[in-house]
Amino acid sequence: MVKRILAIVFILIIGFWMAKALDQVPFGQDRMLVGKYYLEHVKEETGAVNAVTAVVVNYRGFDTLGEVTVLFIASTGVAALLWRKKRKRTAKTEGSVVLTTGARLLLPFIMLFGVYIFIHGHLTPGGGFPGGATIATAFLFLYLAFTVYEVDHKIFEPLEGLAGVGYVTVGLIGLAIGGYFLFDWIWQTWGIGKENIGRLLSAGFIPIIYTLIGIKVGTELTGIVDNMIKEPEEGGQ
Amino acid sequence: MNPYYFASIALILIGLYAILAKRNVLKMLVGLSIMETGVNLLLISVGYVSGRSAPILSEGITPDRAVDPIPQALVLTAIVIGVATTAMALSVVINLYEKYKTLNVEEIRRLRG
Amino acid sequence: MSDWVAIFIAALMVVSAIFAVEWRDLLAAVVGMAAVSLFASIAFFFLQAPDVAMVEAAIGAALSAAVFIFAINRTERYGSEEEGTGWWVKW
Repeated sequence: MVKRILAIVFILIIGFWMAKALDQVPFGQDRMLVGKYYLEHVKEETGAVNAVTAVVVNYRGFDTLGEVTVLFIASTGVAALLWRKKRKRTAKTEGSVVLTTGARLLLPFIMLFGVYIFIHGHLTPGGGFPGGATIATAFLFLYLAFTVYEVDHKIFEPLEGLAGVGYVTVGLIGLAIGGYFLFDWIWQTWGIGKENIGRLLSAGFIPIIYTLIGIKVGTELTGIVDNMIKEPEEGGQ
Repeated sequence: MNPYYFASIALILIGLYAILAKRNVLKMLVGLSIMETGVNLLLISVGYVSGRSAPILSEGITPDRAVDPIPQALVLTAIVIGVATTAMALSVVINLYEKYKTLNVEEIRRLRG
Repeated sequence: MSDWVAIFIAALMVVSAIFAVEWRDLLAAVVGMAAVSLFASIAFFFLQAPDVAMVEAAIGAALSAAVFIFAINRTERYGSEEEGTGWWVKW
């Protein structure tokens, strides 16, 4: 009881201090300094129409490489912590008729929607991360509907590794051609698609990188779900 | 006081209360996840400029009629990293349950050694 | 008009978060956490951020709750007895 009252007092002090600090930041005022430069020069320097996508992949591409690394480490960590000698699925009842029929019918449409989201990342909102999450949701749907379904590990794990290696390779080619890592060599040296701003074949290497990120995030989240749903067999450890 | 600022500060404080005063480990992880949602909401509501629209420069949106794109790029990364670390913390909790057969933090502290 | 919508969404978010922390059934707490994520996604839409709204809806509301439910399946569902919780959370 004493712990609870002490926690509430501590929290009220922190809340009062945070509210007092946020009074100095009025809501809805124009405070852009670096953002204004990015918004004015995004069309001719990167060729993308979506300013957020251009900032994530082109202007701050190295931070996105760091995030992909963190996702890879988390997926490997889950697989390492939950490793047992013999694992299998222990669901006993299959899903209802609605679930199994719906899973069989809707699976190609959900995957097509996910692929559409990350291919058009430079034109519409979205990008690689929600596209990959949608593909992982399609596989989660299959796991919930059938009791014996498993993804094939021999296809998924090499695909994930190849997508990560592909991202670093694109950056290294930029280093060889332009002078710094992740130089946008398609837009600035070769000039492919400079008359096509607003259509699909433009924006340099942004569609290529987002395709690789979408494949990588989709297979990684599916791997996390697969590791957590299997249980060790009885009598084993 | 603005409703978005108030909601984000309230979410951060509720999450912090769940971490400090609850005894079940899974309840603490629920509180951590709610706290991360509150921080992301605070970052985006700071970058809002009233009267302007989304930062996608299609027909008719000139660069002086768009909101700030940089906090959105930050939060996009933060959400994905949040779910990855939550998944890893849950794996540690599963191993903890298999070893100590309880999820109460006071009991686990007493069973040390 | 949009001011009333903002106040309504903020109130629903805070009420949902309080319920998520206080319920003793862990499955109901996970549903409360997914509801907080869903209302945050609606708030991101009203703050003119469509990329962030898509990411929060796809990852926060679907995959984070699913991973929690798989963890509850392998541990236990009802939290241990906490003393002095109060008379209004006996469900």
